[in-house]
Amino acid sequence: MKNPKTLYDKLIDSHTVCELDDEGHVLLYVDRQVLNEYTSPQAFSGLREADRRVRRPEASLAVVDHVNSTEAQRISVQPEEGGALQVNFFEKNCKDFGIELFDILDRRQGIEHVVAPEQGFILPGMVIGAGDSHTTTYGALGAFGFGIGTSEIEHLLATQTLIYKKLKKMRVVVSGALGVGVTSKDIIMAVIRNIGASGATGYAIEFCGPTIEALSIEARMTVCNMAVEAGARGAFMAPDEKVFEYLEFKPRTPKGQLWLQAKEKWAQLYSDAEAVFDKEISLGASQIEPMVTWGTSPDQAVNINGCVPNPREETDPIKRKGMERALAYMDLAVGAPIEEIAITHAFIGSCTNARIEDLRQVAAVVRGKKINPDVRGMIVPGSSEVRVQAQLEGLADIFISAGFEWRQSGCSMCLAMNDDVLSPGDRCASSTNRNFEGRQGAGVRTHLMSPAMVAAAAINGHLCDVRTISMEND
Amino acid sequence: MEAFNVVIGKVAPMLAANIDTDVIMPKQFLKGIDRKGLDRGVFFDQRFLESGDLNPDFVLNRTAWRGAKFLAVGPNFGCGSSREHAVWGLKQLGIRALIGTTYAGIFYDNCQRNGLLAIELEEEKMSELASLLSSGPVGDVSIDLPTQKISLENNGDIKFDIDPMRKEVLLLGIDAIGSTLMHADTIDKFEHRHLKENPWLC
Ligand code: SF4
Repeated sequence: MKNPKTLYDKLIDSHTVCELDDEGHVLLYVDRQVLNEYTSPQAFSGLREADRRVRRPEASLAVVDHVNSTEAQRISVQPEEGGALQVNFFEKNCKDFGIELFDILDRRQGIEHVVAPEQGFILPGMVIGAGDSHTTTYGALGAFGFGIGTSEIEHLLATQTLIYKKLKKMRVVVSGALGVGVTSKDIIMAVIRNIGASGATGYAIEFCGPTIEALSIEARMTVCNMAVEAGARGAFMAPDEKVFEYLEFKPRTPKGQLWLQAKEKWAQLYSDAEAVFDKEISLGASQIEPMVTWGTSPDQAVNINGCVPNPREETDPIKRKGMERALAYMDLAVGAPIEEIAITHAFIGSCTNARIEDLRQVAAVVRGKKINPDVRGMIVPGSSEVRVQAQLEGLADIFISAGFEWRQSGCSMCLAMNDDVLSPGDRCASSTNRNFEGRQGAGVRTHLMSPAMVAAAAINGHLCDVRTISMEND
Repeated sequence: MEAFNVVIGKVAPMLAANIDTDVIMPKQFLKGIDRKGLDRGVFFDQRFLESGDLNPDFVLNRTAWRGAKFLAVGPNFGCGSSREHAVWGLKQLGIRALIGTTYAGIFYDNCQRNGLLAIELEEEKMSELASLLSSGPVGDVSIDLPTQKISLENNGDIKFDIDPMRKEVLLLGIDAIGSTLMHADTIDKFEHRHLKENPWLC
């Protein structure tokens, strides 16, 4: 084949408006953008100051998600002053510039990266920019999504393009069967541990292989979502029949003849057999165990059956220092078994793991059980539609009888920008994506893991292997 | 955007790996709708004590590095959240350039868009600089973008690479939107064809 291309090349080439120099800078056309209330305000102010318009308002979807309260009783006015200011300004901006908004009382409201795919707003072959690093999520649908800052949002709104430099290409091949109780969260956590928090900096990752193909679309989203924690500025998978099935009846997917035409085009979205990647990594799924982070960077992770590692065994001085600092912050002793770490909180939520399938897995673990009396358990569904679905399926009842708080949708304690914040010294098992210092509140200690693992920890009061719990169930 | 030409100042060492934007600008400072007052938020949890007083142990609070204009940073600086507030805050605090090996992608672009020069040095050069800095303050440093060099008093020069387009934008303080809008016709044509070929995008 002449000039074989990777999927990434195909996506970028088909969106290149023009080249800007001979160093690889291009003007990249962006099909759609998703906006939230906290990274967009200054972009709109910039447009106003320069008297610029939004070039293509219909290419934007705006969702309130980061600052809103997740109290069960929804109210349109945010209780917290800063949040209220941002929500009001967001509403005004969307209205003034003609952008569609899902506000807090909209039944389609939720975390932007859960909502956009759910509505069929994201389609294969698209390039999408959004003011949030986890825009990589959309790669699970064969789209190329990436996070941008506020100045870039302004640029995108004004021009529908971005000044872009092509990334290097990495392929991650995962083969073999996942063990019982091991999920796609564990795959991506294993990748991040293996290559490090900057292992994919400067790269776009294509995930492929039989294990990826066997995953559901929602499980694939978890993988693409968290790839940014390895530094990837884009992560995607070739769209297949499963993707088309997932999309077919979504509210905003094309219908009828247009759908057939689109599907035919999307079937061309794959890396050519001869295409060359700058880096290749392969991973055996059968070796992956349920993963847990012990530190303050997502790559500081171990198997649930492991122990807190010893910095002295790390030869790289910068990494060693990082480990020492993390151990002090996390208040953990070298060599302590991970399963003995007691928790005070359990949080199930975020755009990584709060879709309906995640909640079904949690329900399977907690059905008929009670969470440990020393643990506060919170479940925040990824979107308001997920919340309704979980109620219809009876999952919400299971959570409530187990002792969990069943809350409204939003980012909530994934970044704790709203009123869901923990106190110094709290220790939280969390289905989210970042265990940074202070992420869930100043001095709070976060352990990342799959939602089923969070559920297991909530029941036992300490981190534990979900596989032992499922066995009790049988 | 503020242009960058030659800037002289102190360089403070902050060499830990993976310093994320949650640490650079904690969430409580993200609640505004403008860019104001973010200097206070920079490294807040480390810069201030619980009492609200400056933490005397934090590098930027020590006499030797007070008012530093440059930070020498560890690998993957600025990872995590896309919040541009981190860059706005650093600039408001008076930081004009970062010297490191690698930066997280979004953060790097955010620096570029705000005239904060993020210098990428090869590991070898960086570790030389790092060991120099860890042996104590090195006096004033000059960062010269036109000639692409960092000059240390008594300790010679370090050359750095930067791609020509980024360099030009920083040197001239160019407004990217303005320059892109000069391609408005090309964008129109592209868009017209693109939507015709992919009519489900309309
Ligand atoms: S859930 Fe967390 S990671 Fe996802 S968009 Fe919200 S804050 Fe960002």
